[in-house]
Amino acid sequence: MAFEQPPLPYAMDALEPYGMKAETFEYHYGKHHKAYVDNLNKLTADTDLANKPLEEVIQTSYKDGKAGIFNNAAQTWNHTFFWNSLKPGGGGGGTPTGDLAAKIDKDFGSFDKFKEEFSNAAATQFGSGWAWLVDDGATLKVTKTPNAENPLIHGQKPLLTLDVWEHAYYIDFRNARPAFIKNFLDNLVNWEFAAANLAA
Amino acid sequence: MTLKRRNFLYLLGASLGAAGLGIYPLEDAAWAADPTKGPFTLPPLPYPYNALEPHIDAATMQFHHGKHHATYINNLNAAVQKYPNLQGKSIEDLIRNLNSLPEDIRTAVRNNGGGHINHNLFWEIMGPNGGGAPKGAIATAIQSNFGSFDILKKQFNEVGAKRFGSGWVWLVRTKGGKLQVTSTPNQDSPLIEGNYPILGNDVWEHAYYLKYQNRRADYLNAWWNVVNWDAVNKRFEQAKA
Repeated sequence: MAFEQPPLPYAMDALEPYGMKAETFEYHYGKHHKAYVDNLNKLTADTDLANKPLEEVIQTSYKDGKAGIFNNAAQTWNHTFFWNSLKPGGGGGGTPTGDLAAKIDKDFGSFDKFKEEFSNAAATQFGSGWAWLVDDGATLKVTKTPNAENPLIHGQKPLLTLDVWEHAYYIDFRNARPAFIKNFLDNLVNWEFAAANLAA
Repeated sequence: MTLKRRNFLYLLGASLGAAGLGIYPLEDAAWAADPTKGPFTLPPLPYPYNALEPHIDAATMQFHHGKHHATYINNLNAAVQKYPNLQGKSIEDLIRNLNSLPEDIRTAVRNNGGGHINHNLFWEIMGPNGGGAPKGAIATAIQSNFGSFDILKKQFNEVGAKRFGSGWVWLVRTKGGKLQVTSTPNQDSPLIEGNYPILGNDVWEHAYYLKYQNRRADYLNAWWNVVNWDAVNKRFEQAKA
């Protein structure tokens, strides 16, 4: 059984009114994400890993130092998680509610403090990588990871992510990564997705 | 969101990018707002932005030189701001001696100082009417170290394609005097490991995304058409000094 690229959970042009062109998704989903899935299938063909759950392939390849498999498996997972972290239709951004909102207030001091920490992590990941909101079991935390690394290998539960590889924002924002981050927090965060991950 | 707003964001890029690419939050980069006040300055591009067309487009050059490189310099200036004794040092000096720098700015200098010196080399070894076969002393050295220019190119392109994430692919002269193809992540300079960079290609996505998008291999191939072999020979001479 091969690894599959899940469909994009919205149309390629769904986020156009909110700063992210269809062209970005045509490349990011259609080329970059697809290439990771294709490479993962090539690298795991005819091995035991081909039939394992993606999460297990990520953990195993990381522990065994198999960089090629790890990079492609983690990037397959990270991108799917990223598409779901974005909400189309103008309902994104804003503030979380319920349990998640209460936890953010408790663990960061306030929602604004969370935003500040998240923006800072995303802006200061030097080179390629990701910014995350995670549940580490005891508290919620903001983290950043280089290249393909993700919270799964650090034993944390990811709630939300932002891709800060340049390919994620170069078509829409050029070098202005902070503008991309602000747009994500203001207009695109899917807080229902984050809340569901926390509850899971 | 209208086009107008996007253009506005581009214009803001110089200051916004300071946080995006460096490791300094905006408020610490007050000095960065005026790079002329720092010891390090952006060297003018030695040719027009469109000089490397069609292989590297003018828009890419504009952002790459005017925004990305400028941001590294701004952040580097901000990093050395509180250390007057470092402000007279050359960028090569700082990068060769990272471990002797104050710990609180070591990463900032590694990243932003690396970004500065790497891009200096990059602009220098490219040019209009470039490409073709290497000539002079470097041609002979490539022949004896790799067997042929084609073998070097193939190795260089493979190493550049394989660099995962952001980084560089280099032709360096090792301490032992050999020519070697290497790669470094992010903005690490080969000088950190004692290798002298003679030739280097930037494989950060910002170097090629506007024209080549995800097709890094095409960019790596096309890039050889803009290599200025006279400039490469000069660096080869310096490497031996």
